[in-house]
Amino acid sequence: MLEDIGNLFHGFAVVAQPFNLVLMVVGIVLGVIVGVLPGLGGANGVAILLPLTFSMSPTSAIIMLSCIYWGALFGGAITSILFNIPGEPWSVATTFDGYPMAQQGRAGEALTAAFTSSFVGALFAVIMITLVAPLVASFALRFGPPEIFSVYFLAFCSFVGLSKEPPFKTVASMMLGFGLGTVGLDQVTGQLRLTFGLPELLNGFDFLIAVIGLFGIGEILLTMEEGLSFRGTAAKINLKVVLQTWKELPRYWLLSLRSCLIGCWMGISPAGATPASFMSYGIAKRISKSGHKFGTGQIEGVVAPETAAHAAGTSALLPMISLGVPGSPTAAVLLGGLLIWGLQPGPLLFTEQKDFVWGLIASMYMGNIVGLLIVLTCVPLFAAILRIPFSVIAPIIMVFCAIGAYTVHNNAFDIVMMLVFGVAGYVMKKCNYPLAPMVLAIVLGDKAEEAFRQSLLSSQGGFSVFWSNGLVSTIMTLGLIALFWPLLQAAWARLRLGKKGLRPAQ
Amino acid sequence: MSDHAQETGGTGPSHRNVEIGVTLAIILIALIGIYGSMKVGFGWGAEGPQAGFFPFYVSVIVIISSVINLMNVVVADGGSLFARWNQLRQVGAVVLPTAIYVLAIPYIGIYVSSALLIAAFMIWFGRYGVAMAAAVAVVVPVLTFFMFEIWFLVPLPKGPLENFLGY
Repeated sequence: MLEDIGNLFHGFAVVAQPFNLVLMVVGIVLGVIVGVLPGLGGANGVAILLPLTFSMSPTSAIIMLSCIYWGALFGGAITSILFNIPGEPWSVATTFDGYPMAQQGRAGEALTAAFTSSFVGALFAVIMITLVAPLVASFALRFGPPEIFSVYFLAFCSFVGLSKEPPFKTVASMMLGFGLGTVGLDQVTGQLRLTFGLPELLNGFDFLIAVIGLFGIGEILLTMEEGLSFRGTAAKINLKVVLQTWKELPRYWLLSLRSCLIGCWMGISPAGATPASFMSYGIAKRISKSGHKFGTGQIEGVVAPETAAHAAGTSALLPMISLGVPGSPTAAVLLGGLLIWGLQPGPLLFTEQKDFVWGLIASMYMGNIVGLLIVLTCVPLFAAILRIPFSVIAPIIMVFCAIGAYTVHNNAFDIVMMLVFGVAGYVMKKCNYPLAPMVLAIVLGDKAEEAFRQSLLSSQGGFSVFWSNGLVSTIMTLGLIALFWPLLQAAWARLRLGKKGLRPAQ
Repeated sequence: MSDHAQETGGTGPSHRNVEIGVTLAIILIALIGIYGSMKVGFGWGAEGPQAGFFPFYVSVIVIISSVINLMNVVVADGGSLFARWNQLRQVGAVVLPTAIYVLAIPYIGIYVSSALLIAAFMIWFGRYGVAMAAAVAVVVPVLTFFMFEIWFLVPLPKGPLENFLGY
């Protein structure tokens, strides 16, 4: 524990180097822009900007990329409150009360509340990561292949159980991702598979291309279809409003704490920031005394989803750095970055790459403080970006998506794949197929398969290996519970309803 | 924009038909996966599970869940539209130039084709004047060039124009 604190301070020293501080500010600003622009979000924003970091040291690179992520988290709130357009899915719940507040001329108050609660949520999650991640990592060091597979199993089952989309669509989308991930060279036997003699498929489908296509191009196509025009309220924010709002905010400490806990819980399980923000909003509405007024411009309706979304977005990095299992698509892209920089994600990072891990954790603290200051002072500037017409922004985003796709492997064919993924993403999204599990499956496919095959090899093909000791059985059972969660919930509801239904009859 | 859209056309492909198409496409991909896995072997080999083992069963799960999805779609009532035709035209009008853009990159380089894409977009969709479109179309690729080639040292595909300029 003491050693960890020492490491953390060492991390602060790494982050405080001038070059890294500059990268941090650049990252936050780029991140906010990415978060504000339609069609660009945390995941594809980081994916597109990943090539910029190829020539940096891994620590500097992760500082910049994670700051893009924090910036994107902050940026989503700006468009939700001022334009009623959620820049990110997790800021949808913020529009419910944020936009009415802006219409009533309380935009400054809403923005301050949103940014501050984002900061509180992130800070809470970072403290949690600081305390818990080293423990999880040292625990996970003892994992063998069956345990590793069981962690993947749990992660993917949670997707099916917690997703709002139809469960079989989630399964189809996820398994399609696993299938795409297997194309190319088989890691275990060194055989080529599913390439059908096409040289373009030798390296398989890179998930970064998939991320850029599915989320970037797909999102632009959706926006084009809606033919949207932006009409927003003016963004005015000054010190007086900020201080006034800050004076008011401590009253909602209980709400904040609850939203932080919801966010952390949802962030660690791969459900992610979006359901966390909705859940937090819903619970706040039910519990709050002024709950019936939610939706008309209540500050609590901004605090709850923003806190939870940021707590979730941040804590999604906990499984990524301690287990090598990303909790969100953006965390997956960061994990892809680690691989490109030559680091092996997972528990060994804490022992072998101390500078890197603690630099990352320290940059989470610093990045969120810097981020809060930047967004509070520069809101009008960022809001102005949204006033640039979409017919100018759209082709520029396309160009950056193409550059991002090309630079992954310096391969022009990848740009074609990006467009294919983009059209597929548009159609799939319209048919309610969730895309995040597909992306995570492409990333983790290799590792999950390797763990699965090694486990089976050691047991000579018997599935009992996944229930061979207490630890692995517990995780597998949790996974099964998560998988069948909707069924269990329905059964429980029917049981309770059945009891209630009996009573009036008696 | 949306008012205009409602006036010009209220029809389009039904959500149900598109969804059936998507499901069938997914099943087709999974069948290709099964075929490919069978070619490399999906059983138990000398080194444990063979290369096709994992993709084979993954494809099987895709097919099973897709069949369930298909049944759900067929049972559900198909009243709603996937999108109106004019909306789809809008989407197609983005996909087509982007496809041309993507195919042109290996021949004329990413900078020139990006300039053309931006200019075309601004003139057709934004109804901008040629001068304004040309300005943006030149400035963005030039900035990109400096950012990638000079500052971050990431080479991007170049064509005859860049060769002519000596890069």
